[in-house]
Amino acid sequence: MLWNAILLSLREIRRNILRSFLTTLGIVIGVGAVITMVTIGGGATAQVREQIASMGSNLLMVSPGKRLGPGQTSGTVPFKVNDAEAIAGNISSVAAVAPVSSQSVKAIFGNQNWSTMVTGSDNQYFRVTNRSLGVGRPFSDSELRSGAAVCVIGETVRRKLFGGQKALGERIRLQKISCEVIGLLEGKGQSTMGTDQDDIVVIPLLTLQRRITGNQDVALIQVSVHQGASTDRVQQDIERLLRERRHLSPSDDNNFNVMDMKEIAKMLTGTTQLLTALLTAVAAVSLLVGGIGIMNIMLVSVTERTREIGIRLAIGALEREVLMQFLVEAVVLSSFGGLIGIVLALISSVWLVGVLRVPFIFNVGIVVVAFLFSAAVGVIFGYFPALKAARLDPIEALRHE
Amino acid sequence: MKTDNVINTNGEDRRRLIEFRGVTKIYGAGHSSMEALRGVDLRVDEGEFVAIMGPSGSGKSTCMNILGCLDTPTAGTYMFTDVEVGQLNRNQRALLRRHYQGFVFQGYNLLSRTSALENVELPLIYRGTPAGERRTRALEALETVGLKGWESHTPGELSGGEQQRVAIARAIVTGPAVLLADEPTGNLDTARSREIMELLTSLNYNRGITIIMVTHERDMAAYGKRIIRFRDGLIASDEQNGRDR
Repeated sequence: MLWNAILLSLREIRRNILRSFLTTLGIVIGVGAVITMVTIGGGATAQVREQIASMGSNLLMVSPGKRLGPGQTSGTVPFKVNDAEAIAGNISSVAAVAPVSSQSVKAIFGNQNWSTMVTGSDNQYFRVTNRSLGVGRPFSDSELRSGAAVCVIGETVRRKLFGGQKALGERIRLQKISCEVIGLLEGKGQSTMGTDQDDIVVIPLLTLQRRITGNQDVALIQVSVHQGASTDRVQQDIERLLRERRHLSPSDDNNFNVMDMKEIAKMLTGTTQLLTALLTAVAAVSLLVGGIGIMNIMLVSVTERTREIGIRLAIGALEREVLMQFLVEAVVLSSFGGLIGIVLALISSVWLVGVLRVPFIFNVGIVVVAFLFSAAVGVIFGYFPALKAARLDPIEALRHE
Repeated sequence: MKTDNVINTNGEDRRRLIEFRGVTKIYGAGHSSMEALRGVDLRVDEGEFVAIMGPSGSGKSTCMNILGCLDTPTAGTYMFTDVEVGQLNRNQRALLRRHYQGFVFQGYNLLSRTSALENVELPLIYRGTPAGERRTRALEALETVGLKGWESHTPGELSGGEQQRVAIARAIVTGPAVLLADEPTGNLDTARSREIMELLTSLNYNRGITIIMVTHERDMAAYGKRIIRFRDGLIASDEQNGRDR
């Protein structure tokens, strides 16, 4: 009987090929959207994880200010260089400590200029942020101590200012100072937040403080922990040390914030996942609308085909056979729409993955779920029209014009 | 359901196919009710060719719907072979139609945009006949009605007479015990009508298919071996057609 129903349904679908196609369009779009969203979202999440892993999961960010929520701080008593030195000197398991301050400036070379971020730090900065010099040398101790006008530049800055020319040994202008380029950083690409990590100029911290920001502040202390050591313990040690140094009484809250990279990772993947879930929910609504579209067309189809149903009933079709035929028709239409949607989703995902530069992560689970869901949509939204068809009175149906 | 039940009445050795005993049909209820049939007694034996005539509203269409098990009597009994149709539910009546009855309508009632072959195959699909046999039998039926070579044409590509032939092929493809025809020539001109009536006559004569036909045309009724006239929900006359053909 099921085979018969499938045969009859396929004949019916073939008979109205345009209507059948239009009926499935909603499901095609719904399934396509859901799978595309999940694939892109999955890729974005994976990319965030990967980038955080490349930054080093053993990184702690110490910033001044009260912690309000994940990633939010307010009310600053800035750090000084000796805070960083104290952390390096007093806490075990710390591999490197880099005090960091930065400011956006316009870098000028010849007739080229480029707005970028200048970061003042020391050689530990390269170690903490997992970066290496492609060409040139790091800062010398005397340069760091004296605040010399030397800089290490990122790939983007080099390209914008020098193009094809040799950069090493040239002098670029950063506000009022003229810096000699002593090194080039190896390229690192986009960061988790979508910023270009190669759009950077690094100068000695003292140079930045004296000649650009004009104060003694350190905006951020980046600490990398020895591989295998507990970041939690180091985090607690840093907190204890800084509370002491900042003379906080036990009742006071921390007026600084030690953030674990793992925490940042969690926050960022959480954000991408939430976004993915939201977009998927919107897409799922379109799938539901697609289902209602199928019900709509099936109901119209039942009215339009009343006479045909009458013929079938008169010829000796059972109620359940007519029900089955219409139900199978709806399911075949919706699952066929699902299949087209899957193909469409794969094409658009591959394209979007290329445009957004996220890894392509093929989620077999969501493809299977989307397909089953589209078939289920057919059953659910096809049942009512099918029942309506099956319950028709053959005499009335035959009289229908 | 047995069909080999032999009932001997009036000394004739013919098998009773259909019997109405006091069949009454009332539509609606209360003051607005309408009595379409008022206690009709009727017996049709196997192999008969019955033409039912009567003005509109005389009850002949109601009689046809009840004969075709599309409707059930309000009172009285309708025996199809030895089955009381009034006792059957909707599905059982559908099965009875499927296995024992063939229908031909005034408006042909073919599935549009569907080939003649697929139209004829339809009742066999519901019977669950395997694809190969289904095709063979459908082609045979089309050949019987004189439409060999027309199997791939859709109703839109066929004339009214040809469409009615496809409908007849669809009705006989299952080898039914009775062919019920409701004004089969109502939409056709005289020449086409005569062709259809010749076809029905030959099916009755050569294949022994019992035919019950409703018509309001005297010329067409004359093809029947027996003519029944309805008036006001009752049989007004019932006579053997003494024509010599």
